[in-house]
Amino acid sequence: MFYFKLILRNAFRHKLRATLTVVGVAIAILAFGLLKTLVGLWYLGVETSSATRLVTRNSISLVFSLPIAYQDRIRQVPGVTGVGIMNWFGGVYVSEKNFFPNFAVEPKSFLELYPEFVLSDGAKREFIVDRQGAVAGRKLAEKYGWKVGDRIVLKGTIFPGQWDLVLRGIYRGARKSTDETQFFFHWDYLNESLRRTMTRRADQAGIYVVSVARPDQAAEVALAIDATFRNSLAETLTETERAFQLSFVSMTEAIMVAIQIVSYVVIVIIMVVAANTMAMTARERLAEYATMKALGFRGIHIAATVFGESLFVAVAGGLLGIVLTFPAASWIEATLSQFFPVFNVAPATIALQFGAALLVGVVAGIFPAWRGATIRIAEGLRRIG
Amino acid sequence: MASAAVPIVALNDVVKSYRRGDQIVPVLEEITLDIAAGEFLALMGPSGSGKSTLLNLIAGIDRVDAGSIRVGGIEITTLSETELAAWRAVNVGFIFQFYNLIPVLTAFENVELPLLLTGLSRRERREHVATVLSLVGLSDRMDHYPSQLSGGQQQRVAVARAMVSDPTILVADEPTGDLDRVSAGEILSLMDRLVKEFGKTIIMVTHDPRAAEKARIVRHLEKGILTDEHETSISPVPGP
Ligand SMILES: Nc1ncnc2c1ncn2[C@@H]1O[C@H](COP(=O)(O)OP(=O)(O)OP(=O)(O)O)[C@@H](O)[C@H]1O
Ligand SMILES: [Mg+2]
Repeated sequence: MFYFKLILRNAFRHKLRATLTVVGVAIAILAFGLLKTLVGLWYLGVETSSATRLVTRNSISLVFSLPIAYQDRIRQVPGVTGVGIMNWFGGVYVSEKNFFPNFAVEPKSFLELYPEFVLSDGAKREFIVDRQGAVAGRKLAEKYGWKVGDRIVLKGTIFPGQWDLVLRGIYRGARKSTDETQFFFHWDYLNESLRRTMTRRADQAGIYVVSVARPDQAAEVALAIDATFRNSLAETLTETERAFQLSFVSMTEAIMVAIQIVSYVVIVIIMVVAANTMAMTARERLAEYATMKALGFRGIHIAATVFGESLFVAVAGGLLGIVLTFPAASWIEATLSQFFPVFNVAPATIALQFGAALLVGVVAGIFPAWRGATIRIAEGLRRIG
Repeated sequence: MASAAVPIVALNDVVKSYRRGDQIVPVLEEITLDIAAGEFLALMGPSGSGKSTLLNLIAGIDRVDAGSIRVGGIEITTLSETELAAWRAVNVGFIFQFYNLIPVLTAFENVELPLLLTGLSRRERREHVATVLSLVGLSDRMDHYPSQLSGGQQQRVAVARAMVSDPTILVADEPTGDLDRVSAGEILSLMDRLVKEFGKTIIMVTHDPRAAEKARIVRHLEKGILTDEHETSISPVPGP
């Protein structure tokens, strides 16, 4: 009780210094949490990938497509329960700065393959029957104020021209982590146009999305699909959706590693700053520590006071930082939704933030606590004169 | 005769030196000194003669190189750090030149500090603190922080803190060194009362002749050696 009182009063002795330290720790913990969340989101596609979906692509590279005839042959491979076509369309809305992921898909199989995109039965039907129909994620529709029935014109970047579409449904994610910023329309619509204008690029699938009944069949089915097309003109590479997503992520792995490092550097910096502040504080109070020891207090009492103060300041800053993380994350989600469709702070990240704050307190307090505990009384008392 | 009484503090051949680099600086050379219970002793001498060092040894906040120090019958030179800390809490009251109050604690809390190391209840502690604060005339200032008190008042709080746990001895290192004449006079009368009314034993280091006058015995320390002994208040006839 007494020690707690002493710790509190000591902590707020220099108001400005205490405030600056708490704010410093808070900002560091906030930055740490946001950077950690960012890195986590980068791998989100990997984590939320379905264990029962496979992706079949051209074995040479993702930029090469596969003949449409492969769809039926894949469907015949034992274990396959569904096959969908998906083409990265890369269109923009009105201008280049309005970018969002958009794909040409075959509606029926798409809706079956992706149960996490939740649409009403009516919307599903409308989407399927309208050749120019499209569906958009909830956040995307909100961002541009789209309503069902709106006409949406995409400008092709890979496939030149104006692409006239009608919004037939707005999907909602089955989980909070489901991406609600994507856009899908009929592959047929794209393909028919290509047949007229660019025959060479028609009748091609960017990738095939393949479903299997059980996750443990994935490896076997993937091998069987690739075996089917071995020595053909376009050999395939089939992998789990997870591995497929991972191959995207690994392209930018170095950046993510750099961000990871920065997030830890932030903590190390604040640790050094806090340690310096605590050391300075303890040095100023050596005469007080010596006085208390003269009165009969033991080294351990002094150490507890100093250490407690360091922990208190760091944890106060840490909690402030954690509390600030939520509005900051919402703000990022609102303003940068095209890059970060979902910016959720994971409970594990909060635990890490708290752990980092504790660590800052421990590291900053350890040397001054030891110094205060072991100060020789006669020497400490001399410092006052 | 004073030497007949059982001394409350007994130093025997106390030697102390400091190491400065690879040089050894002798500070105290074979000091032998007895202090009777209820004595008010002033220790004088030039700067650097070792007064503070001697006081620190008696108070158990520094270690001898050789020799023995017995306080209230306990040989303190052989105690461990922890034992010594517990011993100080019970047996020594400290008064410093610069008061050494804890700035974040009120006068009341500063005085209460030594009692936190005892088994006293909250209520008992309150009573003790209130008693000594009224003794030093600061009952109306107990919620003040040191920064809200004058130097003289701070030193009175320090005196209250030194005696609240009723220690065996009080040690004071230049208790009036930082005070004006009036405040110094107040502190000295207070210490005088502690000796006369409460039978306390005080060992005081001082440069101030007026302070030394208040003491019953003045001892001089010069270059690590105790010289003459004379009893001030017993001197029968004041000068012509
Ligand atoms: N920790 C230490 N390390 C080295 N030398 C020390 C130490 N403490 C004291 N000394 C030396 O011991 C000698 C006696 O010091 P002390 O403080 O006891 O003197 P003093 O009589 O109290 O002087 P003053 O009247 O100035 O307070 C001095 O020469 C001092 O420099
Ligand atoms: Mg001195």
